[in-house]
Amino acid sequence: MPKRPIPQATPETAEFWDGARRGELRIQRCRACAKAYFFPRPFCPNCSSKDVEWFTASGKGTLYSYVINYRAAYGFDDMTPYAIAVVQLEEGPRMMTNIVGVEPKPENLPIDLPVEVTWEQLDDKITLPLFRPAGGAR
Amino acid sequence: MSLRMGTAIVGAAETDAVGIIPDKSAIQLHADAAFNALADAGITKYDVDGVLCAGQSPVQVAEYLGITPKFVDGTSVGGCSYMLHVRHASAAIKAGLCSVALITHGESGRSRVGMAGWSRASQALGAQFEEPYGVAGPPTRFTVPILRHMHEYGTTHEQLASVAVATRQWAMQNPRAMMRDPITIADVLNSRMIAYPVHLLECCLVTDGGGALVVVSAERAKDFPKKPVYVLGTGESTEHSMISMMHDFTESRAFKVSGAQAFAEAKVAHKDIDHAMFYDAFAHTPMFALEALGFVGKGEGGPFFAEMRTAPGGDFPLNTNGGGLSYTHTGMYGMFAIQESVRQLRGEAAAQLPDVRISIAHGVGGMFHAAGTLILTNDEKA
Repeated sequence: MPKRPIPQATPETAEFWDGARRGELRIQRCRACAKAYFFPRPFCPNCSSKDVEWFTASGKGTLYSYVINYRAAYGFDDMTPYAIAVVQLEEGPRMMTNIVGVEPKPENLPIDLPVEVTWEQLDDKITLPLFRPAGGAR
Repeated sequence: MSLRMGTAIVGAAETDAVGIIPDKSAIQLHADAAFNALADAGITKYDVDGVLCAGQSPVQVAEYLGITPKFVDGTSVGGCSYMLHVRHASAAIKAGLCSVALITHGESGRSRVGMAGWSRASQALGAQFEEPYGVAGPPTRFTVPILRHMHEYGTTHEQLASVAVATRQWAMQNPRAMMRDPITIADVLNSRMIAYPVHLLECCLVTDGGGALVVVSAERAKDFPKKPVYVLGTGESTEHSMISMMHDFTESRAFKVSGAQAFAEAKVAHKDIDHAMFYDAFAHTPMFALEALGFVGKGEGGPFFAEMRTAPGGDFPLNTNGGGLSYTHTGMYGMFAIQESVRQLRGEAAAQLPDVRISIAHGVGGMFHAAGTLILTNDEKA
C-alpha cells in the first residue's frame, strides 16, 4: 500500500502545523488592513504590511466548491471516491481540504453547505484539518 | 511602447506526427519541430539568434540544436508559455536584442520519454496545502471551480458537454486529430466519471508531439516564403500557484488581465475577431475564456456553447483543429493553439474557414495559474 504524501513545514508555515497538531486552526491576520489570510506568510498578501498576527480560526465555514475524485491519488486507494473541496472560512480565507463524515455524493454536498473543521492525524508531526457538515456527521 | 504590428510569425510547424510517438524523447520533439519551422521559413539554424522554449531549458534546446543565441527566454508558466514567448520575442526584436527568434515546444506527455519526473519537494506550498488532500493531477485541481460556476450562473452539465461535442465536430475534419468519431451530449455525460462534475470526454487528451515558431520583425517578414502572420496584440498574466487560492472561482483574473492587454494593444473590437483558439484543457476552460475575454457576459458561456455557435457552421468558430479535447494535448498545448491560428490566417488549415483576417489564440497555464493572449492578423495594413 503506497503511503500518502506527508507535508513538511517551512519556518513560515510551522505555526499552522503546530496548531493543527493541537487541534487549533491557526491562520493569520494583518493588523494594518485587518484582513485575515491563508496560506501562511510573515507579511500581508493584501497590503504587504509585516505587522501580522496568528489567531485561532473558529473552524466554521461553508463549502465553496469541490470535485468528487474517482481516480485515486497515490496512497488514496482505500478512500476513493473522495471529495476534494475548497472551504470558505467564516473569517474570509479559503483553503483546500476533504469533506468527511458524509457519503461523497452531489446530493449530500450542496454548494455553500455549512461545514466545520475536524482533524486527522497522519503522523507525529502532521495532523490535517478536514471538514464535515456542521453539526456532525449525517 | 506597443508591440502592435512590430513583428510577424514567418515560420510555423508541428512535428511530422502528433499523438503517440514512443521512439522520440521530449528534446528530440523540440528539435523535429524546430527543423520543420525553420524549413517552413526557408532558413537554417545559422540564421537564429534568439531561443525561447518551455519544458526543457533553452540552454538544452540551444545546445541540442547547436545554436549560440544572443537572446534566451525560458519562461515556463504552463501551457500558455508559448503565447508569452511570442510576446517576449516581439519585445526583444523591437528592442534589438535579437532578429530571428525560434520558439520550440516538444513534450512526450503520453510516452514520457526523456521527461522530468512528477515529484516535488514536500515543503513546496502545493505539497503542504493541496497534495495532502489527494489531488491527482489536473483533473482534480483545474476542475474544482466548475461547481461554483454552475451554482452561481446555472451552468448545466449539458452545456459543459456541448463544448466537447462542438470541438469533436472540428476534429472530424482534421485527419491528424486523435479523436474523430462523432459524439453526442449523451455520450459525453455517459462517459466515465473522472472527478465529478467532469466526465472523461470533457478532459483533454494526453499525447506526444511538438511545434515551433519563427518570429522576425514586420519589416523583414515579406522576405520569407510564407504569408506573414503579424502580431497585432499581446497579453500575459499570472494569478496563483494553487487552485484553492483563485480569487473568484467563476472567473479567471489572469485571463481578464491578459485578454484586456491584447485587445488594447491590437486596437480591435471583439466583433473583428474571425477565428478563436481558446486552450481547452477541460470543457470549462474555453467557457471561462469566452467570458473573461469579454465575448459574452459573465455566466453567459454555458448557453452560448449549448447553441453550438462554436461548432462548424456556427458564428464563432473555435478550436478548429479539434482542440486539446480531440486533436492533441501534449501537456503544454498552447503551441498547437498558435499553430492553428497561423494555419487559418495562411489558408492552410485542415478545416479552413473562408476570409480569416484576425485570429485570437488564448492560452491557460497550469490550473488557471497563468494566461497568455495573442491577437494575430494576415493583414499588413491592420
